[in-house]
Amino acid sequence: MFAYLLKRLLATIPVMGVVALFVFSLLYIAPGDPAAVIAGDIATEEDIARIRAKLGLDQPYLVRFGGWLWALAHGDLGVSIFTNLPVAQLIAQRIEPTLALTLCTLLVTVAVAVPLGVLAAARAGSWIDRCVMGFAVLGFSVPVFVLAYLLIMLFASHLGWLPVQGYRSIAEGFWPWLQHLILPSIALGTVYVALIARITRATMLDVLAQDYIRTAQAKGLATDEVLYGHALKNAAVPIVTVIGIGIALLISGVVVTETVFAIPGIGRLTVDAILRRDYPIIQAVTLLFSGAYVLVNLAVDLSYTLLDPRIRY
Amino acid sequence: MPAAPAAAAAPRSVSPTWLRFKDALRRHPTAIAGAVVLLAMIALAVAAPWLGTVDPQAVSPVKRLKPPFGEYWFGTDMLGRDVYSRVVYGARVSLTVGLAVALASTLAGLAIGLVTGFIRWADALVMRVMDGLMSIPPVLLAIALMALTKASLENVVFAITLSEIPRVVRLVRSLVLSLREQPFVEAAMAAGTSIARTLVRHILPNTVAPLLVQGTYICASAMITESILSFLGAGTPPNIPSWGNIMAEARSLFQIAAYLILFPGVCLSLTVLAVNLLGDGLRDALDPRLARRM
Repeated sequence: MFAYLLKRLLATIPVMGVVALFVFSLLYIAPGDPAAVIAGDIATEEDIARIRAKLGLDQPYLVRFGGWLWALAHGDLGVSIFTNLPVAQLIAQRIEPTLALTLCTLLVTVAVAVPLGVLAAARAGSWIDRCVMGFAVLGFSVPVFVLAYLLIMLFASHLGWLPVQGYRSIAEGFWPWLQHLILPSIALGTVYVALIARITRATMLDVLAQDYIRTAQAKGLATDEVLYGHALKNAAVPIVTVIGIGIALLISGVVVTETVFAIPGIGRLTVDAILRRDYPIIQAVTLLFSGAYVLVNLAVDLSYTLLDPRIRY
Repeated sequence: MPAAPAAAAAPRSVSPTWLRFKDALRRHPTAIAGAVVLLAMIALAVAAPWLGTVDPQAVSPVKRLKPPFGEYWFGTDMLGRDVYSRVVYGARVSLTVGLAVALASTLAGLAIGLVTGFIRWADALVMRVMDGLMSIPPVLLAIALMALTKASLENVVFAITLSEIPRVVRLVRSLVLSLREQPFVEAAMAAGTSIARTLVRHILPNTVAPLLVQGTYICASAMITESILSFLGAGTPPNIPSWGNIMAEARSLFQIAAYLILFPGVCLSLTVLAVNLLGDGLRDALDPRLARRM
């Protein structure tokens, strides 16, 4: 087990290496002259030259990449072009709301989606099943921000049950904090619920067709016992895999959700950076989120041993 | 009129096309509904100038923020531009981006996937790269690229295509790996067929059906990504009316002019839904094994 852990940890290094190389190389892949684009329309030649130097575009590619990696290894994510503050510091200031939103959404969606998928599979073909599957297709089709605005219009503007926008730190009290997270979490989580409910139903349908399920039913076990005790346990591995892959949807959605709900998190930082063409921030955020994605999926991989004792490493 | 005698000879018989259509409708009602909505949207996009629209960029400050269902069907925005015209013209952007990205990423992914699936040494290298690329959330990858380029429709397509390619490569590679073990491929190789010819004549035709399904889903997700990019200010330039742009400009106004979000939002959701339903239908029709599961 320990050897496997080590092997898996080592295997993430080339993946992160490719991510780093690619995120770094975007400056070179992008069509046109990035320095001129970042400098803006009214920039002088000197402005462009200054930004080119700041981005390191005046140095050879490999020298620049080496220096950038070295700085990265020391926790230096670069310096914001607009504010001249270290990007690491800017991100640290903004991380709490993003973490709160993501974790809250993750918990709620998994708690809702898995039972929904199990129910749909248990009653395959019934109207419940049709509703769940219909909801899943719809969830994939309505963009996060359209859903977010619909939710705000209904629950905040019209009914006045929840605040329209904004964020309260958990230090200001649990209820205000939660109140401000409910609508963003629903908006962000819907597409994720659709994804997980769909894969749960599909995997459960496969498992429910197995012989040992018939045996369990034949020996008189309660339906719930069969569904959750026998079937779901064996369907866990593919479901957890998709939960891990789906994190990418959450990450993309966070940027949009924070914009709509005016939550001062990393997503909002990114959008402000887009408007100011503050590339070092965008680069660092992309790298950070990709790293988080790789780590989550590493955790998913390792969880297989817990979920399925037949899998040994 | 050559068609007239045939029609006269069998006035009551129903044409086989119509029968086949009815049969398809009975078996896949949602897919047909998706196809109809999609065709309607395409018609809307193509016929935009003849649908009672005015210049979508024409500003008229006196008539700004007029509510919908009055003089203007969908109202006007904060610059007094006609929202109906902007939404109709916006269909062009979404559909163009969706189709272009689906086509480009499928072709690029197919080419890379075919080669990696058949050439061992390339496989390990390319798949490491693809694993890395897939770890970058697609929207962020597109944002990063758009932050470095001039806003244009071509660059939006390029950015989204780049983030979709790895998933296609994955699919094609897994198809090639399983096809390669099939007896008919083995037979072709044993008969001395060159690798290039085997790929084109025996492997390629068998990847078409899954790629068609995948391409449909890519089209749907590309339309959503375009709207997200435009909504965040990193997408289609503001001088082209797109559904994402219309909603982006309404960001600070949605409390007083919700219709600026609603009309493009509903159009976008409806179009994406139509493409997704079509994709589900294609998958059911082309891959019965998967159809049972999903």
